[in-house]
Amino acid sequence: MSGYFADVAALARKDLLVELRTRDTVPAMLLFVVSALVVFHFALPEESSRLAASGMLWIALLFTALLALGRAFVGERDQGTIDGLILAPCDRSAIWLGKTLSVLAFLLFAEAVALPAFALFYESVTWELVAGLALANIGIASVGTLFGAMAAAARARELLLPLLFLPVAIPLIVGGLGATVSDDPGRYLAFLGVYDLIFAILSWASFEYVVTE
Amino acid sequence: MTAAALLVAGLGLALFWAPEDADQGISQKIFYVHVPVALTAYAAFFWAAWKALRLLWKGGDRYDLESYTAVHMGVIFGVLTLVTGSIWAKVSWGHWWVWSERQLTLFLILFLFYSAYFMLRYSTDPGPRRARTSAVYSLFGVVLIPVSFMAIRLAEGLIHPVVFKRDGPDMDGTMFLTFCVCLAAMLALAGGLYLLELSGKRADANLRDLRERLA
Repeated sequence: MSGYFADVAALARKDLLVELRTRDTVPAMLLFVVSALVVFHFALPEESSRLAASGMLWIALLFTALLALGRAFVGERDQGTIDGLILAPCDRSAIWLGKTLSVLAFLLFAEAVALPAFALFYESVTWELVAGLALANIGIASVGTLFGAMAAAARARELLLPLLFLPVAIPLIVGGLGATVSDDPGRYLAFLGVYDLIFAILSWASFEYVVTE
Repeated sequence: MTAAALLVAGLGLALFWAPEDADQGISQKIFYVHVPVALTAYAAFFWAAWKALRLLWKGGDRYDLESYTAVHMGVIFGVLTLVTGSIWAKVSWGHWWVWSERQLTLFLILFLFYSAYFMLRYSTDPGPRRARTSAVYSLFGVVLIPVSFMAIRLAEGLIHPVVFKRDGPDMDGTMFLTFCVCLAAMLALAGGLYLLELSGKRADANLRDLRERLA
């Protein structure tokens, strides 16, 4: 078991190292999320409610996550390194977990910029929002990594990923937004937790079928 | 044949035998089409997931075709559900689309999800890998059904007040019988179409196989 987690850690470290050297994804995500928040200012009427601003924030974060998810396996495919990963003497699900962790790290980076920007431009950030984001991140990263691997094998991959992912992400938006604006955030946070659990297990178990030839 | 007979019988019963709803009058008759179609679509999605599970468990091309055909049926019946539901909404509430109708919203999400299934299939090269990827995706579909339903219920309290509520399933005997006949008819229809399409797809695959061998 410790060997499994060592593999996972090595794989996640590799992704972070690649990102540190190439700086392909994270700067683009940061720029995108701030641009999106600025664009939303012009899309929201003057006296918009806190509800609307929170909804916009969740949409911005979801689309920012799509950037990271789209990049997650495209590089591996283009460079042909995915074959090396699959042939490596480790459990295939470790590849999924490593990727999910690195995507999670990218999302945290983006949110570390997005939340202060949101607080500056729109509304103050509450602990419910942070808790909702923490839980939603897990769901986004786990399902998104699996779907990213699916889409990367297809011809229209950049087009395909949002189509595959957005219907599955609707419950995350509901849970996250609910936790942010409702009077009873516990229910929504619990829902997010259940979602994470179900879909993380499903993705973990099915990843092997998606990447092997 | 069975499907056609049941369908005629079911619609006949629905139109002439079952009593008119006190509230909604004649428009309530669409219930006998709308709800069986919706349940049939669910059945098709579950059937697809079951075949997908068998594929992942045992392997084999036939499960791939079966699962694909079942998803196809599910999407066709899902679209029918959306259309009939929309007509019903227009007649009884005056709007073509009502977000507070949970089942319809769920079908919209499912429709989007399973349409992406076809995109995934058409843009991946055929082979065992496509079969497994599609299978995994259709498994996600049946897990998404209850999760989305919960999400829609949660969202309702949040964004929209619950305005419309229909009565529970308390129907009288004739209505229930008519409903059962209609449900059986729709299931038979879906099953018949499924077998038809499947045999067509199999013949297609065999033909391609033969051509490749000849070439």
